[in-house]
Amino acid sequence: MGLLTFLILVPLAGSVMVGISGRWAHWPRRLALSFSLVVLVLAALLWARFDPAQAEYQLVESLRWAPSLGISFLVGVDGMSLFLLLLTAFLTPLSVLASWESIQEKTAAYYALLLVLESLMMGVFLALDVFLFYVFWEAVLVPMYLLIGVWGGERRIYAAIKFFLFTMGGSVLMLVGILFCYHLQDVQTGAPSFDLRLWQGLVMSQDTQQWLFLAFFAGFAIKIPIFPLHTWLPDAHVEAPTAGSVILAGILLKMGAYGLLRFAVPLFPEGARTFTPAILTLAVIGILYGALLAMVQPDLKRLVAYSSVSHLGFVVLGIFSFDVAGVEGALFQMLSHGLSTGALFIMVGMIYDRRHTRAIEDLGGLKKSMPRFAGVFLIVLLSSMGLPGLSGFVGEFLVLLGAFQTAPPFAVAAALGVILAAIYLLWMYKRVMLGEVKNPANDHLPDLSRREGMILLPIVILILWMGVAPGTFLRPLDGTVERFVSRTPSGALEE
Amino acid sequence: MGNASRLLPLIPLIPGISSLVLALFGRAMGRAWAGRLASGAVGASLVLAAIVFADVTGAAPGQRAITVQLFEWVAAGSFHARAALVLDPLSSIMALVVTGVGFVIHVYSQGYMVGERDIGRYFSYLNLFIAFMLLLVLAENLLFMFVGWEGVGLCSYLLIGFWFERETANAAGMKAFIVNRIGDFGFLIGILMTFVVFGTVSFAEFLPLVPTQDARVLNAIGILLFVGAIGKSAQIPLHVWLPDAMVGPTPVSALIHAATMVTAGVYMVARTAPLYAEAPMALGLVGAIGAVTALLAATIALAQEDLKRVLAYSTVSQLGYMFLACGVGAFSAAIFHLVTHAFFKALLFLCAGSVMHALAGETNIRKMGGLRERLPVTYRTFVMGTLALAGIPPFAGFFSKDEALWSAFREGYFLLWAAGLAGAFLTALYMGRLWILVFEGRFRGGSETAQALEESPPSMTWPLWALAAGSAVVGFIGIPHHSWIETFLAPYLAVKSPRPSSFYLEASLMTLNVVIAAGGLLLARRVYSAEPGLPETMAKEPGRLHRLLREGYRVDALYDVLIVRPVLLLSRVVLWRAVDRSLVDGSINGWARLVRVGGEGLRLSQSGNLRLYLFFLFAGVMALLGWMILGTTWAS
Repeated sequence: MGLLTFLILVPLAGSVMVGISGRWAHWPRRLALSFSLVVLVLAALLWARFDPAQAEYQLVESLRWAPSLGISFLVGVDGMSLFLLLLTAFLTPLSVLASWESIQEKTAAYYALLLVLESLMMGVFLALDVFLFYVFWEAVLVPMYLLIGVWGGERRIYAAIKFFLFTMGGSVLMLVGILFCYHLQDVQTGAPSFDLRLWQGLVMSQDTQQWLFLAFFAGFAIKIPIFPLHTWLPDAHVEAPTAGSVILAGILLKMGAYGLLRFAVPLFPEGARTFTPAILTLAVIGILYGALLAMVQPDLKRLVAYSSVSHLGFVVLGIFSFDVAGVEGALFQMLSHGLSTGALFIMVGMIYDRRHTRAIEDLGGLKKSMPRFAGVFLIVLLSSMGLPGLSGFVGEFLVLLGAFQTAPPFAVAAALGVILAAIYLLWMYKRVMLGEVKNPANDHLPDLSRREGMILLPIVILILWMGVAPGTFLRPLDGTVERFVSRTPSGALEE
Repeated sequence: MGNASRLLPLIPLIPGISSLVLALFGRAMGRAWAGRLASGAVGASLVLAAIVFADVTGAAPGQRAITVQLFEWVAAGSFHARAALVLDPLSSIMALVVTGVGFVIHVYSQGYMVGERDIGRYFSYLNLFIAFMLLLVLAENLLFMFVGWEGVGLCSYLLIGFWFERETANAAGMKAFIVNRIGDFGFLIGILMTFVVFGTVSFAEFLPLVPTQDARVLNAIGILLFVGAIGKSAQIPLHVWLPDAMVGPTPVSALIHAATMVTAGVYMVARTAPLYAEAPMALGLVGAIGAVTALLAATIALAQEDLKRVLAYSTVSQLGYMFLACGVGAFSAAIFHLVTHAFFKALLFLCAGSVMHALAGETNIRKMGGLRERLPVTYRTFVMGTLALAGIPPFAGFFSKDEALWSAFREGYFLLWAAGLAGAFLTALYMGRLWILVFEGRFRGGSETAQALEESPPSMTWPLWALAAGSAVVGFIGIPHHSWIETFLAPYLAVKSPRPSSFYLEASLMTLNVVIAAGGLLLARRVYSAEPGLPETMAKEPGRLHRLLREGYRVDALYDVLIVRPVLLLSRVVLWRAVDRSLVDGSINGWARLVRVGGEGLRLSQSGNLRLYLFFLFAGVMALLGWMILGTTWAS
């Protein structure tokens, strides 16, 4: 067993420990924090051992599972998954800290589920066996469903079921696609296997590719989510506890984009090519539609949720630009969005802890008593609206650059989203943080506590680091992204 | 240029670090030290800027440009943009203006902002602005310039909204940022297109390639970049944010919204002059927008009652002159006017601040008058600034405005010239009006205020004298036919050699300018001295034209009706309520209901609980899997 297996097993072991520590009041959260920090160290170790010069999968580990069916425990890492693993390892301890005081009931179960979730997400990003991937992918739903359904807000049951059914609906189609590919693999080589690397050699007709691409795309598109499959997201976010929202927006949505990059496009390039114009259109609609809806939301969480729809539109646009800069921009945007939106949900949670409301109209003038909070909040918003020098700009710029080279009109339309982002974020900031304190309940609120500062400081540092020296995060992507782009139909839009 | 390459990065870095220190420890530092640190940091940058400027002027004319590489910033695929600085005549002049005027205004702020609760935050923002502005003018490529470009916009937003408990300040800050973002949308697309066309965004690399490109492409890039300049430099139709921005602290208006940031658009056009020189349509647009803005903004300034708003519209108008000069190919004249304007407009704003200081924040000119005796320094320096702005020799504005108008005439742009001349008359008129209404006649404010009237402290008056001195002499760097600034800049601006012209014609037009300016001032004197009650009458019974001008041609109301409300309506009612909730979500919930009804019909999910769903799902998966495996086994 190597490092990668440990990334999956350590949080799982942690969850067992946490689960049985429930009788001692403060142990669940302490243990959860410790285990998630161990995972963070392991992930950092992975980064150190990762060889950026290599484009193929690294540190591959393989265990026989069901050899007669061609199923194996096959894990590996490349540039695409490296930073998503790091993001997962980074956001989990922050989620634990963000729940520190707000979660008071069934803490053992709560923190155990959080660690199970981490383990499964690691599995999603590590699996190179498609069956294994699918198991992790589906399994992720269960802890998330429970986190929303048990520790969520008033309409948590509705939101949880909606979340579950939506994503399940897409996954079933993907499953059919997976089984069909498995069948093809068997027929073509005589050796049944779920090994992704072997599947890339499958011979398929144009028609088959199209259908299979659509089947996979359905599963991934709902997760991202791509317009018009997004309506589960605002409901899920509003009802989820803070940590649930952080992980949902920070990592779960990226699983969809990751799926497109890892499976849907490389396996069925011709299929992807056929639908590229349609997908680009949906991506741009998502960018503008999400931004316009974010503008008029009366609830902070809903606003951030719709802003995610807009930002993830940029990710899809970048992927389907099939340009090195565009795809690297998409991956960079995924990381940046994970940080800034994670921070936004955490900070909305902090406001909620103080005021027990998320309605924008109930707030106002918070900066007066919370100047430090206001400063950090502004930095995060500025990153989210793509201010140069902060992380959000690099991703958006590279995505637009990629799209401008292969599909100029889409890039121009998408760039309008940059204007809209400034509007909905600054307007929200003005109504929540600035102005006179009209409601006495908004006066004399405590500023950031030490624990809260500890959560936000690493995020702010990373936002600045990614904005000023993006090369740290772009260079390891080069090899993998070039390989990805070389396998996609170049000039997909030329026809 | 020995020292320059080592010192150059320090010029933006010092105020940047100082800003960070002030942000973190400003409170603990105490108000006096916060101001000293901030002013000291900009002073240090000023000294360094002067040293590198001396280096540039000392070098041989052909060798006055160097690039200092800092690090590779963004690189992906074939794209890369370095964090790198360029030092050449253009950027060295700009750095000197930014740090020079910046330093004076920092010192002034120490006096003006005394008594403010949050002085550390103020100086932190102000230092940050200087750092970003220096980054903007020193940047070696378009993308790095964009960092400074958006960075100064951010500082502008923060400083306009410095008094964050005031609703108007917050609204104005937000408006400034968003209107600038609209311009930046064009600028960003322009950067993308520059890369796609030239394969690089570095000025030194793509500007020499300009002649290899088709004029259509160059026009497109030129226009897109100029859209950014329209936003940043508050030109029509994106000028609406600047007058509102006046609710910020007055030193901020002087520094950011008069002397430096708003001139960034002009600087950018001059920086890419070789491109505009080959893009006739784009350049034509620059000139036309500039001329229209110069004229229309001057008419609006004529009817404003707020001291600072008069000056704001005046700034919009003067920026128009700079673009007008660019538009006729006289890029060095544009930069010349930028430099002189930085002095006299900063001066006028600081005078306004001094007046407000004396009047407890009053900005309405109807409540002023007769301040001449009580505020002697402010009065004298204000008059010098007014003469400079109106274009009376030998004050600075005379030389630079004359240069711009003469270039337009000489190159055959008679329409632009005529618009500029009319604007010059209006400029003298509204400045004369301001002069009379603020300083002459009798004081029209309350008697309590009148008793307390007092000249500002020395920390505020010596910056006035410093800028007044600049307004008086800085014009001499551009004496016609012996223009130092033109000789200095020309080799780096790709300027065509001017058309031959008659000296007598030039001299006559120069005389005409002076006559027009003097006429404007005298007319104002006649009208407003003769009838001291005129402003009051006009405010009470405004004519239709007067009202139209006072409301700035009602552009804000127009945008509200045409853009703001429709977008909100579209988002709230159509997209959110109708599309998102009813159509998209409704149809999906409808499917869910259908499934449930069907399920109930089959009596499969009476309980409707999730466990059952899960069970069926996994059963289904297993069945499929089994079928697949068995199928393949049988097949083989």
